[in-house]
Amino acid sequence: MSDFEAILRAYEAAGGDPAFLKSPTVGSLVISGNQVLGLNAVPGLSVEASPLADGVQVAVRVAEGAKIAFPVHLCFGVVPAEGVQRIVVDFQIGAGAAVEFLAHCTFPNALRVQHIMEGEVHVGAGATMRYSEVHYHGEAGGIEVLPKVRTVVEERGRYRSAFTQTHGRAGRIEFDYQVDVASHGLAELTAKALGYGEDRITIRETIRLNGEGARGLAKSRVAVRDRAQSHVFATTEGHAPLARGHVDCVEIVRDQALAYAAPIVVVTDARAQITHEAAIGTVGKKELETLMSRGVEEEEAVDIIVRGMLGE
Amino acid sequence: MRIPLIFSKSVGKMASESPLLQVIDLHVAREGQPILRGIYLTVEEGSVHAVLGLNGSGKSTLAYALVGSAGYQPQRGRILFAGQDITPLPMSARGQLGLTLAWQEPARFEGLTVKRYLSLGMRQPDPERVRSALAAVALDPDTYLSRYVDDSLSGGERKRIELAAVYAMKPRLAILDEPDSGIDLMALEDIAALIRRMQQEGITVLLISHRDQVVQIADAASLICAGQILASGAPHEVCERYARCCRACDRAEKVESEVDYERL
Repeated sequence: MSDFEAILRAYEAAGGDPAFLKSPTVGSLVISGNQVLGLNAVPGLSVEASPLADGVQVAVRVAEGAKIAFPVHLCFGVVPAEGVQRIVVDFQIGAGAAVEFLAHCTFPNALRVQHIMEGEVHVGAGATMRYSEVHYHGEAGGIEVLPKVRTVVEERGRYRSAFTQTHGRAGRIEFDYQVDVASHGLAELTAKALGYGEDRITIRETIRLNGEGARGLAKSRVAVRDRAQSHVFATTEGHAPLARGHVDCVEIVRDQALAYAAPIVVVTDARAQITHEAAIGTVGKKELETLMSRGVEEEEAVDIIVRGMLGE
Repeated sequence: MRIPLIFSKSVGKMASESPLLQVIDLHVAREGQPILRGIYLTVEEGSVHAVLGLNGSGKSTLAYALVGSAGYQPQRGRILFAGQDITPLPMSARGQLGLTLAWQEPARFEGLTVKRYLSLGMRQPDPERVRSALAAVALDPDTYLSRYVDDSLSGGERKRIELAAVYAMKPRLAILDEPDSGIDLMALEDIAALIRRMQQEGITVLLISHRDQVVQIADAASLICAGQILASGAPHEVCERYARCCRACDRAEKVESEVDYERL
């Protein structure tokens, strides 16, 4: 089996559709370890990728005013049981552009794999960027995922990012996203993760609303069981008039697992308003019993509730 | 169906030979305080049987005890369902036997669609029944199937979806706990129509309410007060007694507030 076929299979295991990676009308990028195995640009979108010793450096450019018709599909992965993959990526979304990225990160055989993401994102004035990242890590738990992304959203720009790891062991996740939002801009950060065994999940989300009328939502959904642990630090800061932000953390904890949530709100302008809510606990009795009263067994009912919360 | 008005605990003894539900001397306490104090209740298969009582009389506690909710296990007494003693059975097992509850204040589920929620109680997936269940509670399936059973629904919408889910399940016994609460008065006719439809499909309904208008659609009714069934019989007769005796009485409210229940 070629490396390309192997990564396509892994991509499929993570929920991706390989047909998109072969379509000439769909922008795409396929990286296995430190090899660039596939790259397709479309009008308005340019993608440059160059190998590093331990990964790949990527530059993504969306031209000013370009509306990319189809989501751009990205595939990052390490197929072998051991390895390091460092993705250094720079997204530059031109003013008034609109683009959506669907990334699948797949490490199906990981026994000792490290996936490092060092990202810089610039969303131009009035531009819209959606970035959805879905992970699949296999069942061994031998994976470390260390994404660190710094994003700037210019005036009236819109940035929505969703990180999802709900299939396979989380391993160790150290998620660290920070966003600065200019006037009337919008940032939404969503992180969803499922941990079991000895998994360790840390989510750090920070949104700084620096411009007048900027809006932000830092949302996290985490479920842990067995002896897994999750720590969520979600911060929203309001530094300008009429800035509106919200922090929303929900964690479900079972067995001997540990869940920690620290929603942090900072306001330096009296006309800003930031709210927060955090809920940690086991599955709600009423939700559980409602499903059980329909004849669903308790374990399955818990699974339905947790999967629903994680957006599956 | 016409049942004579009986003002005693002997209601359980006057049942037909094979009622669907028989509750015999049921006692349930919460946090050491007795709530149900020897309930006797018989519900005939295929009937709509109403339990009428003021707030705090023990209606919802009875419903939770019947479906096997945690914390509502009886200290004494038995629950027979289709002749089987289900008192020790867990909630899921009771649901699988066809005993379910439409909750007075239904739970919300993040990420669970209406379509999936309505399908959960079905033995076999039946998309057509899911659609017809929504239509039966006056909700447009095309609008609601893909919505989530979460906070985005109004209280009335959630309540209707709860009733639809119970109808879609086609249980043997549907306990409807205050089905009209949270729904506007105009919707009473919708609820009555749904209950009649359930009955036509062979679903027995135990209708719990504090409103005598709702009870009028039942075949039989029982009056509950302070954790006991005071009377059973025809709905209009039970309603008459409810209006005459219960409206002016604050006993039920006292039950909730008094520490020493037995002193009442």
